[in-house]
Amino acid sequence: MEIVLAIAIGVLTSSGVYLLLRPRTFQVIMGLTLISYAVNLFIFSMGRLKVDSEPVLVNGVTATLANTADPLPQALVLTAIVIGFAMTALFLVVMLASRGLTGNDHVDGTERREGREE
Amino acid sequence: MPLVLLVALPFIASVFAAFLPANARNRESTLAGLVALGCAIQTASMFPKLADGNVIRYQVEWLPALGLDLSFRMDGFAWLFCMLVLSIGALVVLYARYYMSASDPVPRFFSFFLAFMGAMMGVVLSGNIVQMVLFWELTSLFSFLLIGYWHHRRDARRGARMALTVTGAGGLCLLAGVLIMGRIVGSYDLDTVLASGDLIRASALYTPMLVLMLLGAFTKSAQFPFHFWLPRAMAAPTPVSAYLHSATMVKLGVFLMARFWPVLSGTPEWFWLVGGAGAITFLLGGYIAMFQRDLKALLAYSTISHLGLITLLLGLNSPLAAVAAVFHVMNHATFKASLFMAAGIIDHETGTRDIRKLSGLMRLMPITGTLAIIASASMAGVPLLNGFLSKEMFFAETVFISATPWIDFSLPVIATLGGIFSVAYSARFVFDVFFGPPCGDAVPKTPHEPPHWMRVPVELLVLVCLVVGVAPAWSVGQMLAAAATPVVGGELPEYSLAVWHGFNLPLLMSFIALAGGAVLYLVQRKGRSQGHLSHTPLLHRFDGQRIFENVLARMSEAGRRSRRIFGTQRLQSQLLLLVLVALGGATASVMLTPAQRGTRELLAFSPMFAMTWLIGIVCALAAAWQAKFHRLASLMLAAASGLVCCITYIWFSAPDLALTQLVVEAVTTVLILLGLRWLPLRKQSAIQPASQRLRPWGRRGRDLIVAALAGLGMAGLAWTMMTRPFPNSISPFFLDRALTEGGGTNVVNVMLVDFRGFDTFGEITVLGCVALTVYALLRRFRPAPESMALPAQQRAQADDGSSDLLNPRRAKDTAIGYLMVPAVLVRLLLPLAVLVSVYFFMRGHNAPGGGFVAGLVMSVALVLQFIVSGTEWVEEHLRIYPRRWIALGLLFALATGAGSVALGYPFMTTHTAHLDIPLLGEIHVPSALFFDLGVFSLVLGATMLILTALAHQSVRSHRWADEQDEKKAEIEAEKVRIAEEAGPEDMKAAT
Repeated sequence: MEIVLAIAIGVLTSSGVYLLLRPRTFQVIMGLTLISYAVNLFIFSMGRLKVDSEPVLVNGVTATLANTADPLPQALVLTAIVIGFAMTALFLVVMLASRGLTGNDHVDGTERREGREE
Repeated sequence: MPLVLLVALPFIASVFAAFLPANARNRESTLAGLVALGCAIQTASMFPKLADGNVIRYQVEWLPALGLDLSFRMDGFAWLFCMLVLSIGALVVLYARYYMSASDPVPRFFSFFLAFMGAMMGVVLSGNIVQMVLFWELTSLFSFLLIGYWHHRRDARRGARMALTVTGAGGLCLLAGVLIMGRIVGSYDLDTVLASGDLIRASALYTPMLVLMLLGAFTKSAQFPFHFWLPRAMAAPTPVSAYLHSATMVKLGVFLMARFWPVLSGTPEWFWLVGGAGAITFLLGGYIAMFQRDLKALLAYSTISHLGLITLLLGLNSPLAAVAAVFHVMNHATFKASLFMAAGIIDHETGTRDIRKLSGLMRLMPITGTLAIIASASMAGVPLLNGFLSKEMFFAETVFISATPWIDFSLPVIATLGGIFSVAYSARFVFDVFFGPPCGDAVPKTPHEPPHWMRVPVELLVLVCLVVGVAPAWSVGQMLAAAATPVVGGELPEYSLAVWHGFNLPLLMSFIALAGGAVLYLVQRKGRSQGHLSHTPLLHRFDGQRIFENVLARMSEAGRRSRRIFGTQRLQSQLLLLVLVALGGATASVMLTPAQRGTRELLAFSPMFAMTWLIGIVCALAAAWQAKFHRLASLMLAAASGLVCCITYIWFSAPDLALTQLVVEAVTTVLILLGLRWLPLRKQSAIQPASQRLRPWGRRGRDLIVAALAGLGMAGLAWTMMTRPFPNSISPFFLDRALTEGGGTNVVNVMLVDFRGFDTFGEITVLGCVALTVYALLRRFRPAPESMALPAQQRAQADDGSSDLLNPRRAKDTAIGYLMVPAVLVRLLLPLAVLVSVYFFMRGHNAPGGGFVAGLVMSVALVLQFIVSGTEWVEEHLRIYPRRWIALGLLFALATGAGSVALGYPFMTTHTAHLDIPLLGEIHVPSALFFDLGVFSLVLGATMLILTALAHQSVRSHRWADEQDEKKAEIEAEKVRIAEEAGPEDMKAAT
């Protein structure tokens, strides 16, 4: 199972990094979204994977890391997901403002010379 | 009055002064004058306590664990400087009241002036050497503001910048030196430092420390080779010059050297560095001063020369010379301040400071003239004036010091030569300006005596010069003894403060200087009348300012060039570099310690999970592939891989994460959907020639490889980490105490609202800030013109199309009438969604849920209404105040946290109550619930604010398009009307 998640993290990162290096703002925003999926999964996986052991206490069972999933990365990732949304929103608005001001959607605000345009 | 008030009072007054009206010259000067005078009287009254070598201390504990205290101390030497700073400050304030014109913005002047005074007091009274450097830098800063007071003038700006650059850089050197000093001594306390002279001089770090500290002192006191900033600082208003360059700012360097004289002096390094710089400055300043045309420049170079004299005295390693240095500090302050003020009066009354134009002023302003002549005589060292006394002591020191024969001979020669120069430039100041034929039309204004009160400060200072000069022991004997004792380390040498010491070598030197100076002046006058000597002979090519500016220009040019070579404005290159550096770092660390698979027992392989991720992976790759030409498809595909992440969280026991991811996914998708319409249309262009396709493909290939490597790295890292056991974790702490101390069974939620509550508080603050920023950015949003028009689908509707729907082309809001059946259903759904949200919220502490999830669920429910019913309909029927919700949420969270402080517990301590309510049964009410309520409200508000702000843009642009349509229609109608009116007349004309 671990190998599946590792591959998934790798593919999400690859797609994200590739998009991050593209010249269009929309590509970059999608790249950031994909990278944040990968990073959140990565941080989450640092608590090691466990099935059917939610970090919710049950009467009569002493909670240890042996029988409960690690709550720490979960708490970290939970806030990261929400902050990720805020980041996307801010970036989107900056991107729209830049599009309105410069008349194009290139990340540098200016199109490159003809022929070099990607 | 404790010492701290002497420092704090000017700063407090400075704040007050800044808020007085712009033309309140009287109130401003009264305030500043009262503060300076009050502090001066207070300081004077402290003198008896200090007379026999005692020290007054005042300490406030700040960080006792680190040995950092706010510490002030006053000994005799500090007392002398306080008196100079405060009393001359008071006089300058009075002078400035008349000097500043009604059009100058005086609040700024007096505010900076007072703050500068406070900073000076801070340096002088600091009992901690780091604190002293802090105030030292403040004096640089405020002197910059004062010198650049007339910031509309180019020379003022440049002079101020130069002063700040030189003295600020020196201040940084001083800081380094002081830190080394503290390291040697093991304490930053001034008393401890002053008591460890032997330790410091024996240290291996003595020389670097000395050089660094002297750099600070020399830059501040305008010693060679840093002397060039002082004449440029003369662009300041004259009261500033009189204050900064006689009694305060430039004296700080001398103050520093005298302050640390007991611990630093006595070594050959000290003698050569300090004495050498002092001697060169002494001669150079005097020499250049003789050839100045500007009154203030003459005084500035003379100041440099006198500071060189004091430095030289301190550098002689003799206690008697140090006493003479302290004495000259006092004397120079009095005569130089009065001379600067006199020069200011001349400038004020004649409109010029050019010595070549001024002449014969004695007849027109006899009193000012007399005062200036006495002060100049003191500067030249004429007997029966205070300048004579300290200069005589200086001559005596140079004669009686015994070192190598070479020095024995050259020091008296240097001293006499410097004396000749000072007599020559003083003579020039007196005779060229006040005697000779009347200047007549050469000056812009007809000169006359200034207002009486403007002259009073000069009169008082000249009186001091006279009294000290005639009866030195009676007037300042005690003060000098008290001030010099700490400088020489406690034991005063034998000296006599008499006017007459009999016929001896120093007296002879004085007479040689007087006679030689007079001759030199006459020779120069002859040369000048023949049109020579318009530049400083020999030295005019060595312009310190030009060198300084060349160096600055070269440095900025080098900076620009290196930015061109190493930097880029292009985001893509920067990001590529970032990824490459990360890859390089990761590769290097793997090379050093090879990563291997761990020994942890792995979970059983599940084909179902693998299949799910197969879909997720395909979606992610496809999203990357389609992001350029098919944005909508790309967005949907990315969202699908987000959903697979969500499934992963459920699978691996993280229900809270799954819930959050699910709702955030929905909200994010709606958000980007709202943004899509403002992006330009992008079509796959026709096939380009192969030569033009090659380069982009090459770039894509490169990025693909980089991306693949990054993915490989992350996958490898994740794999090696997941296969290893988890030796140490702080998580058991949270598992153990979630119920007993947090009062909840959902450990993740308890961590968020309790253990890490402060962190969550910070996070929701960020969320609120982002939402407000988005809102603010969109208020000024100007979309690109081509995306302003109605979407193609709406334009396709017939103009007068009537159906059971409203005509979308005329509707203000696109959505009215669309999706009627879903709209009704979604409206019915709203209460249910609210119920779900409340349910998630209430159970959050004990089961998956909580404020974040509940807030997001609620906002999704509302956003759904917007989607199917349209912005305007929803806002007519629901009260949506996202900004208030954000504010309320933040306040709620803060109040809950602060509540525990009010009850005497640490910030954000949770208290749990269990309520028994009929029908509902036992309800679990921890105080963290209220914190979570804040989170809920803020998340809801932030999400709604972001989404509605973006949605409103569409409505707004439609209005804009409509207005354009209406305008066009109006113009058309107007044309028709004009044509109709013109019609009959045309017909008449035709007939």
